[in-house]
Amino acid sequence: MLKFENVSMRYPEAGDVLRNVSFDLKHGEMAFLTGHSGAGKSTLLKLIAVIERSSRGRVLLDGQNLNEAKDRQVPYIRRKVGLIFQDYKLLQDRTVFDNVALPLVIAGYGHHEVSRRVRASLSKVGLLGKERKYPAVLSGGEQQRVGIARAVVNKPPMILADEPTGNLDPELSAEIMHLFEQFQQVGVTVLIATHDIALISQMDHRILKLDHGQLVTS
Amino acid sequence: MKHENRKHNNAERLQTKKSGGNFIDKWHAYKNLHAHALFSSLGRLVGTRFSSAMTIVVLAIAISLASGFYILVANLQQLAGNLVSSNQISLFLKDEVSEIRARSFAEKIRQNSDIQDVKIISKEQALGEFQAYSGFGDAVKALEKNPLPIVIQVLPTNSFENEQALEKMLEDFKRLTEVDFAQMDMQWVKRLQSIIEVARRGVTLLSLLLGAGVLFITANTIRLELHNRKDEVIIAKLVGATNNFIHRPFLYSGFWIGFFSGVSAWFIVTIIMLILKQPVENLSRLYDGSFHLLFLGFLDTLMLLFISSVLGVVGSWIVLHFQLQQLKPE
Repeated sequence: MLKFENVSMRYPEAGDVLRNVSFDLKHGEMAFLTGHSGAGKSTLLKLIAVIERSSRGRVLLDGQNLNEAKDRQVPYIRRKVGLIFQDYKLLQDRTVFDNVALPLVIAGYGHHEVSRRVRASLSKVGLLGKERKYPAVLSGGEQQRVGIARAVVNKPPMILADEPTGNLDPELSAEIMHLFEQFQQVGVTVLIATHDIALISQMDHRILKLDHGQLVTS
Repeated sequence: MKHENRKHNNAERLQTKKSGGNFIDKWHAYKNLHAHALFSSLGRLVGTRFSSAMTIVVLAIAISLASGFYILVANLQQLAGNLVSSNQISLFLKDEVSEIRARSFAEKIRQNSDIQDVKIISKEQALGEFQAYSGFGDAVKALEKNPLPIVIQVLPTNSFENEQALEKMLEDFKRLTEVDFAQMDMQWVKRLQSIIEVARRGVTLLSLLLGAGVLFITANTIRLELHNRKDEVIIAKLVGATNNFIHRPFLYSGFWIGFFSGVSAWFIVTIIMLILKQPVENLSRLYDGSFHLLFLGFLDTLMLLFISSVLGVVGSWIVLHFQLQQLKPE
């Protein structure tokens, strides 16, 4: 599903952020990406979402070389990857329903199809009945679940999460991680960047550890 | 259920933009996207009704100035169009010249190869016309003696378009002993037509300026909207929005702003014309009553709405073209 081949990333101002990173994730695999702050976790995720492009090496998603993707192909690549953020990145002036519906609206689904899928997605994250609420009135854990519902509503083959539990207490964090496991069980490839070692050590999944831009265990 | 699955698959195929997915499904997705942009932009316009209304009023004033001047010139042209311009010269003969002498004098002028036509208006004819058209009929009846001179109307050949040649001919006529006074009848019409031509050009230039104003005011409004919705644009890009998807609601916003400004401008111009209608028609009745105020016609109205909508769309396109590149997810 995802393959990194000798990927390096250099920013003119920060120097090498990733050095010769190689790994691959199989279809339906779940993995954690850990490392100290500044180890290059976010940069690695950005390469997969084509927010950045690597300086050297190849990033292959579903066999497609992301470095060579044309700008107009980027939106279609992003539709294959559900993104989840530490700060949720929800639209505060839109209802939960509208937030979750955004990827479907972008893809041109009709009104009925959008309603059906949004409700299905909200029910998966346990927020059915909160469609008309605004994000500001929800708790942090609920907001993150809205973010997850939005990421999976389009049924992408892969989910990327950048510190999804960074703002949540341990109990909520465990709940969110359990949610990701459920998606993995239905065949979605999941990659989660986190530094919550205590939490992930209780879970039986592959751990990719970055240290100063180099992959030390995989 | 089967139907739903089919819809799924096609929509999915469409998203990944692989070939396949028949034309009808593509059309449906396209239609959904446009309907979304159309209604969401209209909704936002209503949502920010105070600032939208202010922008639209400013644009409507600019557009109504341009179209108001346009209709003013159209009215002037109509007025001047009723008047036929010609080079006809009227010779007012001295009172002591008899009718018989006037006829032989007219014959003599007709011999001149520069003259196309000559017509005599006798004292009686002149009085009859004066009574019929001047509105002083009763007063004229009270006169003991006909005070009007015999008039000879001279029409030079068309080769006499040259003003100086005409002036010279006029001077020559004035010098003749039978002639008391000579004048070119319709020269003022020519002057009026030249003035209208200048006004028409001026209005065209002014309209271009006002149009440019409308364009940039719309552009600036859209720029502010883009700025206010920066987060939304970035999030939409992160979840796979194409540039077209992001452009569309802003282009529709531009369209609505332009369109509603056009509609408002139409009302402004029409209300002004309605206010002017009565006094203008009173004035017209004091003359010959043939002048009727022109309003913005059906085609003018269509043109007005079309141009203002296009200016709105182009204005927002300019901003999107230059500003959207800077909004990238980090």
